[in-house]
Amino acid sequence: MGRLSVNLCGIELDNPIIPASGTFGFGYEFAELYDINCLGTFSFKGTTKEARFGNPTPRIAECTAGMINAVGLQNPGVEKVIKEELPKLNKCFNKPVMANVSGFSVEDYAYTCEKIDKEEQVGWLEVNVSCPNVHGGGMSFGTDPKAAAEVTKAVKKVTKKPVIIKLSPNVTDIVEIAKACEAEGADGISLINTMLGMRIDLNKRIPVIKNKMGGFSGSAIFPVAVRMVYQVSHAVNIPVVGMGGVTTAEDVIEMMMAGATAVEIGAANLVNPYACRDIINELPAVLDKYRIDNIKDIIGVVE
Amino acid sequence: MKQALFTVKENFSLTQTVYKMTLCGDCSDITAPGQFVNIKIDGLFLRRPISVCDREGDTLTIIYKVVGKGTDIMSKMISGTVLDVLTGLGNGYDLSLCGESPLLLGGGVGVPPMYLLAKELRNMGKNVSVILGFNTKSEVFYENEFKALGCNVTVTTADGTYGTKGFVTDAMPETYTYFCCCGPEPMLKAVYKATNTSGQFSFEERMGCGFGACMGCSCKTITGYKRICKEGPVMKKEEILWED
Repeated sequence: MGRLSVNLCGIELDNPIIPASGTFGFGYEFAELYDINCLGTFSFKGTTKEARFGNPTPRIAECTAGMINAVGLQNPGVEKVIKEELPKLNKCFNKPVMANVSGFSVEDYAYTCEKIDKEEQVGWLEVNVSCPNVHGGGMSFGTDPKAAAEVTKAVKKVTKKPVIIKLSPNVTDIVEIAKACEAEGADGISLINTMLGMRIDLNKRIPVIKNKMGGFSGSAIFPVAVRMVYQVSHAVNIPVVGMGGVTTAEDVIEMMMAGATAVEIGAANLVNPYACRDIINELPAVLDKYRIDNIKDIIGVVE
Repeated sequence: MKQALFTVKENFSLTQTVYKMTLCGDCSDITAPGQFVNIKIDGLFLRRPISVCDREGDTLTIIYKVVGKGTDIMSKMISGTVLDVLTGLGNGYDLSLCGESPLLLGGGVGVPPMYLLAKELRNMGKNVSVILGFNTKSEVFYENEFKALGCNVTVTTADGTYGTKGFVTDAMPETYTYFCCCGPEPMLKAVYKATNTSGQFSFEERMGCGFGACMGCSCKTITGYKRICKEGPVMKKEEILWED
């Protein structure tokens, strides 16, 4: 095992770097740029039961040190993901991949996860509970501990692989939600998803994004993410995957000191398509700089 | 797609708000007219997608209008500035469909990508007609550059202060074998209705990454969902699905 390797829910990663869902497609676009087998793993594009076009455009707004997106989970649906996307992914990536799943009802989540769980290349399921619950008045599953727990329970029942619940930061008490998921058998927690944000076009006097609001990501949200990773990782006994504004190798170290076992990188990929490769290459020198022998040693060192 | 460092050689205004920048760097991934580059600007989070006006050896020419923070910063860049640029983005125009007498229509900052297209079509020996549409005389640029390529050039201005009064669709020739078009959406729609041959349109949308990763610029077409930055920005007339 190298000095960068970590163990995430029983699966060894060569390094803790994981491109986040929605910023890395199904990997093959990036494989044209570099050998993506250098990654720990990656979380593929959020997959739902049915195909989705997503939201109307404009879907993107720039912010200071970040961006807002309201893509709306555009994806070809789980059947096509399995039949068309995973074979393409398999040709350029030979490690276990993280399957990111979304749904609009508990049944949706269970249906999609059960199918994806059977795919050989899938190592973990990352369940995004930030979507609105159509049977719960449109409120996001991730803002209600009971709803998040219900999704966890339903998914755990129909899957064999480690289930990581991806939490929304748009809540009063994220620890309570993480604990509710842990109690129903979640194998890990990943956080934070994007923060709800909005921009206004001063000339037109309308929101920049057609959907009005969207998910704010990028380096601006990093301190919020570090805080929440710290809070959650110190309150649960399952591994935490940290994300939110991570841009540099030093950010990775900070996230891990806060308590993350592995680190996802999102918006940074959209600005620098080589971001994850560059961070992996920089990590050994950064470990030396902070006198860290093995990256595992710093996970959650901050009391 | 390729990431490369480019050095600004020249950067000057063509009109009050439109600037021309030439840069020196590796242009090898720019394979078709109508493609774009995505430029990282210090202090701004997202890159700025700008269409390719010309590339010749190591020289890249872009023409951009100052509309916001990014293009304002660009307009002040001096010779010698080094920029991180993603090149060769998007599909570009398919020249093989153009026939012997293609018609090119460019409106405002939709004019620049027509230049490399016209140049390559002229190199293939085609008889190229170009209609350049602007709002008013002071906004007109590149008329002589298209003439120097040997194109039949017509300029239109909406207020009639220069060339033919009206829009590009008010100056359509009687016969042409095919058309290629780039400009604001109302112009694209008007050209769609006014043309009697097949053709290609270049579309614009707010982009996140510009290389197909974020799905920020998707649109619906007759042949399915497409990313403007990856399967576009050029679409064939037959596949366009106008929304609203």
